[in-house]
Amino acid sequence: MNVGKTQEMVYEMKVSAVMTRDVITIGSKERMSRLRSLLQGNRISGVPVLEKGQLVGLISIEDFIKWLANDQEDCAIEERMTREVTTIYEDDPLVLAIRKFESTSLGRFPVITRDQKTLVGILTKGDVIEGLLKKLEIDYQEQEARHFPARYLFDNIEADDTSLQLRYNVKGQDFTQAGDSSTRLKRTLRRLGLRSDLVRRIAIASYEAEMNLVIYTEGGRIRAEVEPARVFVEIEDSGPGIADLEKALEPGYSTAPEWVREMGFGAGMGLVNMKKSADEFIIESEPGRGTTLNVSFRINEEPHEVN
Amino acid sequence: MKLTELVETLGLEVRSCSDNLFKKEVTGGYASDLLSDVIGNSRSGDLWITLQAHVNIVAVASMKELSGIILTGGREPDEDTIQKAESEKIVIMVSKLPAFELIGRLYDLGVRGVSNKTS
Repeated sequence: MNVGKTQEMVYEMKVSAVMTRDVITIGSKERMSRLRSLLQGNRISGVPVLEKGQLVGLISIEDFIKWLANDQEDCAIEERMTREVTTIYEDDPLVLAIRKFESTSLGRFPVITRDQKTLVGILTKGDVIEGLLKKLEIDYQEQEARHFPARYLFDNIEADDTSLQLRYNVKGQDFTQAGDSSTRLKRTLRRLGLRSDLVRRIAIASYEAEMNLVIYTEGGRIRAEVEPARVFVEIEDSGPGIADLEKALEPGYSTAPEWVREMGFGAGMGLVNMKKSADEFIIESEPGRGTTLNVSFRINEEPHEVN
Repeated sequence: MKLTELVETLGLEVRSCSDNLFKKEVTGGYASDLLSDVIGNSRSGDLWITLQAHVNIVAVASMKELSGIILTGGREPDEDTIQKAESEKIVIMVSKLPAFELIGRLYDLGVRGVSNKTS
């Protein structure tokens, strides 16, 4: 990120986007003695003073110290407040606020609306910095999401069809390594620059399939194929197969043994979760021969999480 | 809310990846002991409350990008669970409180189960 970018941002962003909205205020007729708890309790150094809802002044920790040092006789806030308040409009660009901070050396500006002049927030230098940093982070994430390194690879390969194949072997009955293949697949897809919601959905489907291989079979294979417009995942094993496919797809139906359920697996939601995550889901199974799952995901779809 | 705030307020004990406490932002919570239920219904950023302590909880948390796992009722994670959590950068915490108590306190602190879209 360069300076040019932040410069652009301070011209584009408005004060209202970064200001603190929940402003702590005090009435002009309230007593000075109340100010201490207000400043202390909220850890702030200045409070806008209101009279009938309109901003009439500002009372700061400096005013409070002066009052403490001199008479300490309790009086109304309005007698001690600063009446000439430098305000800023909510629709002013940030650059104006920054210049005002520089030229006035004030610590905070009450933010008011342009038409009614009502108080809508307060702005400190901290708000400006935090707001800019947040915006930078969001922009950076968006840029990262748009950037799909695998696209570069695909664009430069001359062929009628291009795909990238990732293969994983899953051991049956091995609960200590269960999930490793899906974790590695997920990391790889991330590095290839796929959108994170898409990666999450693929990982869910692959994890559930992997757990099924671990729980019910002697092991199997996961093959992921990344194409320019879609990701295709095939999971296959060579037994024991599913006797009643229709039942197996019902939420809550499970043939898992008790000890597997104790571990929190075998709740009968695996296939359901896979189906929900995938854009396309095909299952084929034959008892004694094995099961093949084909799940695919479109890359160019609008982002969405599992429904 | 940062994970570190919850650890302090609720007196949780951290069992893995304590250097990630300041980075993890808790955006919600989910409680379940069925792994597929967590896979299907939790949201990324959720804090997961469970009594499952075996190694597979780490893969689930990593898969769903959860902000952390709290084991309830004083349960301790298995040794290989801790190792895996370290390598996958998953924060596991333990609480002596039973799930019901713990979740109630988390709720009091503003952790919610479903996203609040009314505002």
